[in-house]
Amino acid sequence: MTFVQNLTFFVLAAFVGYEIITKIPTNLHTPLMSGANAISGITLIGSVVVAGSGSTTLATGLGFLAVVMATVNVVGGYLVTNSMLDQFRSSDDRKRGGGD
Amino acid sequence: MAAILGGLPSSVLAFVYLVAGVLFIQGLRDMTHPRTAPRGNLISAGGMALAVGLTVLVTDILSPVLLFAGLLVGAAIGVWLAVTVETTEMPQLVGLFNGFGGGASALVAGAELIDMFGAGSFQAGVTATAALAGIIGSVTFWGSMVAAGKLHGVVNDSAVRYDGEQAVKALFLVVAVLAGINLAVRPNLLGAVPLAGWVPSYWVLVAAASILGVLLVIPIGGADMPVVIALLNSYSGLAAATTGFVLDNSVLIIAGTLVGASGLILTIIMCESMNRSLANVFFGGIGEASGGDDEEMADIYEGNITSTSPEEVEMILDVADRVVIVPGYGMAVAQAQHAVAELAELLEENGVDVEFGIHPVAGRMPGHMNVLLAEADVPYEQLRDLEEINPTFSQTDVVIVIGANDVVNPSANTADSGPIAGMPVLNVGEARTVIVNKRSLSPGFSGVPNPLFAQDNTNMLFGDGKETMQALVNLYKENH
Repeated sequence: MTFVQNLTFFVLAAFVGYEIITKIPTNLHTPLMSGANAISGITLIGSVVVAGSGSTTLATGLGFLAVVMATVNVVGGYLVTNSMLDQFRSSDDRKRGGGD
Repeated sequence: MAAILGGLPSSVLAFVYLVAGVLFIQGLRDMTHPRTAPRGNLISAGGMALAVGLTVLVTDILSPVLLFAGLLVGAAIGVWLAVTVETTEMPQLVGLFNGFGGGASALVAGAELIDMFGAGSFQAGVTATAALAGIIGSVTFWGSMVAAGKLHGVVNDSAVRYDGEQAVKALFLVVAVLAGINLAVRPNLLGAVPLAGWVPSYWVLVAAASILGVLLVIPIGGADMPVVIALLNSYSGLAAATTGFVLDNSVLIIAGTLVGASGLILTIIMCESMNRSLANVFFGGIGEASGGDDEEMADIYEGNITSTSPEEVEMILDVADRVVIVPGYGMAVAQAQHAVAELAELLEENGVDVEFGIHPVAGRMPGHMNVLLAEADVPYEQLRDLEEINPTFSQTDVVIVIGANDVVNPSANTADSGPIAGMPVLNVGEARTVIVNKRSLSPGFSGVPNPLFAQDNTNMLFGDGKETMQALVNLYKENH
């Protein structure tokens, strides 16, 4: 039963994702990609669970490595997206000399 | 260390995961406009902090030092990479981050299997999804490493092809799938041998999928990287979603699927922009180093090339009312974006209508040119995509093509066959005058000669992008 529940999440999220992402302009495709990529670092939750509660040294070690990789993905991903988006400005911003 | 909020009912945790999922969705919705996008990124980051923070609090942590060390090390590396990156290195950094997400998912699935072995019970559905997470995650990690290596110039970025290539790839896929089936059907098969606690069939699967990931991306040339990066982006999401199935975790499934959908849509857009199928990009072999076509090129170009100088171009621009600038990967390589932006600003100040025509696959990742020009302070209103800009070329006085080739090749509209036949291109030849800034007449990634260069209204401005544009800017300043 849980598999079907999980499948429900999967299918509904796929539709929501499709509806939103087709509306994003080409201008923002790079920030979209790096921002979405940061979201995929959600796997950090899984890493935390196995690193924290691994019952064997091996599982804990793998979990540690996974935590490092996923955290790089999350922290780096959001920061890079943020600095990229900061550079997008309209002609109004430029006239005001603002943005920086 | 027992969980700080160990007594928290699981329904509360599930509810918080739902909130995090909603924040991710809202974050992506805000990405639909440059003005709201920074807020969207913060909302999405908030969702992440919420989900991860609560997970840390409710989990029984047997080795807290290790966990927090991992978080600190990862955060430090992430900050360092994000702060030191140059805008021109963005494609490889995005590729690298993709890989880390995928790799983490594969490791989590492996660690979970090892824990299950220790506990003595495997559930069939879980082992099957773990196998899937292992394959997708490993392919994503190694594929991304190769892609990032190619983009960074440490791996040969031309298309590397060899005989029997498809058979070799198929072999490793079959090995990975067989190991996965074995894992799903008989996870305890090797239960009696030493090291069985490692769940060896999973690591056979990971090894085979890792090699497959390398082999899939090695043969793909530089200009096809936008497709590869977008697809790997999708895979990193799918890896997280399948890990969510393994751990029975709703927010992993929701977030992972959103990313999977996003990457897939970008992949499809990139493929359509080249009029090629995904299979063709991965297995088609465009961009191989080819020695042919020299004669054909000589025929087209012989006696038809007009070359020009910055002085002449400055005079042409002096009488123009509308100028469109078409950038390509060459602009990124030459780091000419600031000079180009300065030229555009100068023209605007003198009453010239300036716009940028941006082809979807110009550069090495989706939206690459937009990010470079944004960095150089070009307002996003001036950036036009292919559908918007194409009808305006016939009313344009001057088009300046800088470092682009295949995306402005008119033969894509007329050729019946060949690597770029049917690819939507920017019809810059319809403008009154076309200035093409390029180092030489060498063909683009497709290897197809470009008849645009030989057109009567085309003037070739040979030279390095940055130097030439800077020369043009200086001349224009002197005379205005």
